[in-house]
Amino acid sequence: MYIESLLSALPGAAAQGLIWGIMAIGVYITYKILDVADLTVDGTMCTGGAVSIMMILSGYNIWVSLLAAFIAGMIAGFVTGFLHTFMGIPAILAGILSQLALYSVNLKIIGKSNQAINVNNFDLLVSLRYISDVPFYKNSIFIGVMFIIAIIAILYWFFGTELGCSLRATGCNPNMSRAQGINTNFNVVLGLMISNGLVALASALYSQYQGFTDINMGRGAIVIGLASVIIGKVLFEKIFRNFALRLLSVALGAVIYYIVLQIVIWIGLDTDLLKLLSALIVAVFLAVPYWKKKYFTKPFKQGGSKNA
Amino acid sequence: MLEVKNIYKTFNVGTINEKRALNGLSLTLNEGDFVTVIGGNGAGKSTLMNALAGTWFVDEGNIIIDGIDVTKMPEFKRAKFLGRVFQDPTMGTAPTMGIDENLALAMRRGKGRGLKIGITKAEREKYKKLLSTLELGLEDRLTSKVGLLSGGQRQAVTLLMASLQKPKILLLDEHTAALDPKTAAKVLETTNKIISKDNLTTLMITHNMKDAIANGNRLIMMNNGNIVLDIKGEEKKNLTVETLLKKFEEVSKETFDNDSALLSL
Repeated sequence: MYIESLLSALPGAAAQGLIWGIMAIGVYITYKILDVADLTVDGTMCTGGAVSIMMILSGYNIWVSLLAAFIAGMIAGFVTGFLHTFMGIPAILAGILSQLALYSVNLKIIGKSNQAINVNNFDLLVSLRYISDVPFYKNSIFIGVMFIIAIIAILYWFFGTELGCSLRATGCNPNMSRAQGINTNFNVVLGLMISNGLVALASALYSQYQGFTDINMGRGAIVIGLASVIIGKVLFEKIFRNFALRLLSVALGAVIYYIVLQIVIWIGLDTDLLKLLSALIVAVFLAVPYWKKKYFTKPFKQGGSKNA
Repeated sequence: MLEVKNIYKTFNVGTINEKRALNGLSLTLNEGDFVTVIGGNGAGKSTLMNALAGTWFVDEGNIIIDGIDVTKMPEFKRAKFLGRVFQDPTMGTAPTMGIDENLALAMRRGKGRGLKIGITKAEREKYKKLLSTLELGLEDRLTSKVGLLSGGQRQAVTLLMASLQKPKILLLDEHTAALDPKTAAKVLETTNKIISKDNLTTLMITHNMKDAIANGNRLIMMNNGNIVLDIKGEEKKNLTVETLLKKFEEVSKETFDNDSALLSL
């Protein structure tokens, strides 16, 4: 257990965390803003990588492959939204159905269960190899930070527009939204599309980073996404009030998740137990607000204040 | 302004809980009418509101607002014509959004929502002025989250939201019922102010007979999914609670059974 081995692993963990931060921002949009638990992401966290890697291998430009991955994610989100709004299937079940269907779709895209891509032969955007001994603009941490900044800037703008405001209202109070003339079904579908688009983009970057895409790489992605959202909330809620900073705290949550993971591995925990540990931590943190409400709420005073 | 023709609605069809909530109801409102609606428990008052708002579609009959048949128009499209305030103060606003943001959402009711900025500086100034007319000090808390406001404050904000885009019809569904008496009186005063300022055509359900008599130019009483009394003009002005109860017993051959209405006499 040399501290050097941990320190040398941390930059890689940070880069991975930044890429998963994009994914976590996608989860934040559905889970926090839209108030929908969307399990499609376990499927889209593979779809994006599958699309991107297969396109790069067939000679497409890397940016084109990222765009295609984003669009593929949006289509997956659309399907879930369609199942939920048009066919009346509960959101959680709609997500599970798309996720299952995506397994077949992903297999068909890759053609087998996994596909490697060699960073020496292709000019990838991010990679395990681009952590040290590369100019800073090629460094995967730098690229990850740039992506996060760009995505937060775009989302900050979007959620400030008329459409974005109506999307926030939809998640906050759908009855009121309809009474104000907002098409809540349309907004739910749109939110799911944006969210899954971002998750697929993260998937495409992550596949490049690890040098392969794998049919199982999305398994449990929702838990990592939720963990990042929760870590970000617990650590930064008091200081980050602005919407852009809230999104940043989600991305930082993912980075912290991966750094803690690295430390846990360094301590020597059986890596087979990692998912159990992640699930436990998320379960406890999800329970905290419920317990707070049930056991620690002050009695509610009836009636308004003197100004009411 | 509003024409309701022979509407029916039955809930839980084919089960033991089958309930005919609207039973061939017809109603015509003229522009500027302020109608108070009263009735016993389960008379169909809220069902009528929801039918007008489009929460679900009626089984039979037609609803025409300002000459447009909205019978099969979904709720969010129909919202263009309607301003609504609900009984539950938490229903009418988005609690995690600011007062200004809620008003901005209401300002765009019935208009397309695109990628223009959601709330402009000029708008905020306008909202400040409008909020000051409520006399609740909310103009200094423009960006406060609505979730932090009291029930009365929220109802006042919801009223303002309902009237920002002048509605063809203002629907008030027992909007003072969840408030303490003092706050309820204040909200009702604000309601009257807003209605008379824009001469809004209004349908107001109330659980309080005195309020039903004291407000508006017309009173309707519902029973078993239909209108049993329709009192307007001079007759409405001279109405008392006793004559209203007597009339109700005459037409329905039963006693009035809304506890909260009787207790609040």
